[in-house]
Amino acid sequence: MRKDSGMTDEPQAGDDLIRRLLGSAAPEVGCEECFEELDRFVELELSGVAADSEIPGMRPHLHGCPACHEDYLSLRALVESER
Amino acid sequence: MPPGLGTFGHGGPSSSRATSSSPPDGNASEVARDEDSQEWIEALSSEGSIRDEAIARLHALLMRAARFEVTRRALAVSHLRGGDLDDLAEQSADDALVAVLAKLDRFRGQSRFTTWAYKFALLEAAVKLRRHAWQGREIPLEPAQWPRFADAGGSPQAQAERGELLGAISRAIDDELTPHQREVLVALALNEVPIDVLAERLGTTRGALYKTLHDARRKLRQKLEAEGYAVRLDE
Repeated sequence: MRKDSGMTDEPQAGDDLIRRLLGSAAPEVGCEECFEELDRFVELELSGVAADSEIPGMRPHLHGCPACHEDYLSLRALVESER
Repeated sequence: MPPGLGTFGHGGPSSSRATSSSPPDGNASEVARDEDSQEWIEALSSEGSIRDEAIARLHALLMRAARFEVTRRALAVSHLRGGDLDDLAEQSADDALVAVLAKLDRFRGQSRFTTWAYKFALLEAAVKLRRHAWQGREIPLEPAQWPRFADAGGSPQAQAERGELLGAISRAIDDELTPHQREVLVALALNEVPIDVLAERLGTTRGALYKTLHDARRKLRQKLEAEGYAVRLDE
């Protein structure tokens, strides 16, 4: 068997576990910088601007840090609810 | 410092820190603020009744954000009654108000002031909710749930591949990580303990723990790569 896990099937609990264990290989910011940039990131996204290229490292961190991801989802939902 | 902000500390994954296009703190990085944001800053920076009124409006704004978060996460703390949730929202807004006023000179105008302020209240409420949800619960530092995931779903081939990869990860955790890295990884990634809850129990910060987690993940990926695994996970 080729040692290539693929992970191309539909998402499974095991895949989620592997994602949590290994995180992202891409460069990422830390929790503190994520909080610093969160408001700008959310507004860029909601404005249709390429937030990922404006603030590189945010998305990989949001994928790797559940707490920051919750903060992101909440801020985005709150700002979106007021539009 | 309010408890929510206090969880960050320093020590993010600086070795791989992505550089953003934004300059560091301070007025030098300030961009043109929208009119509403400028009014907020001027009123909060003034004195007397203008400032008092602005602070009252800011507290109301932060209460709205804190209640929004409490409503979103109420299921996670179902043991708390309505009055307790109101108290939690009020305390979150109070703590966020302290934080916002203390950091007012760091508002760079790169978002609306209200969006910038909201994140403080959301953070304070989220941290308090997570701590309530885990109050009195033991923090699992051992991989008690590991076997349950190994055969979860998919075709037989996918299950076999997943099982093989998980086995390699498990060995790498045992062989490559320090005891502290292992405990942090198992608690956060395997047992899904919230990072600020673990930081409080271990007497450290969210930033320091994430740095440990980041280093542990990098070691695991390097080991898997050296063994010939090419793990592709959609970002």
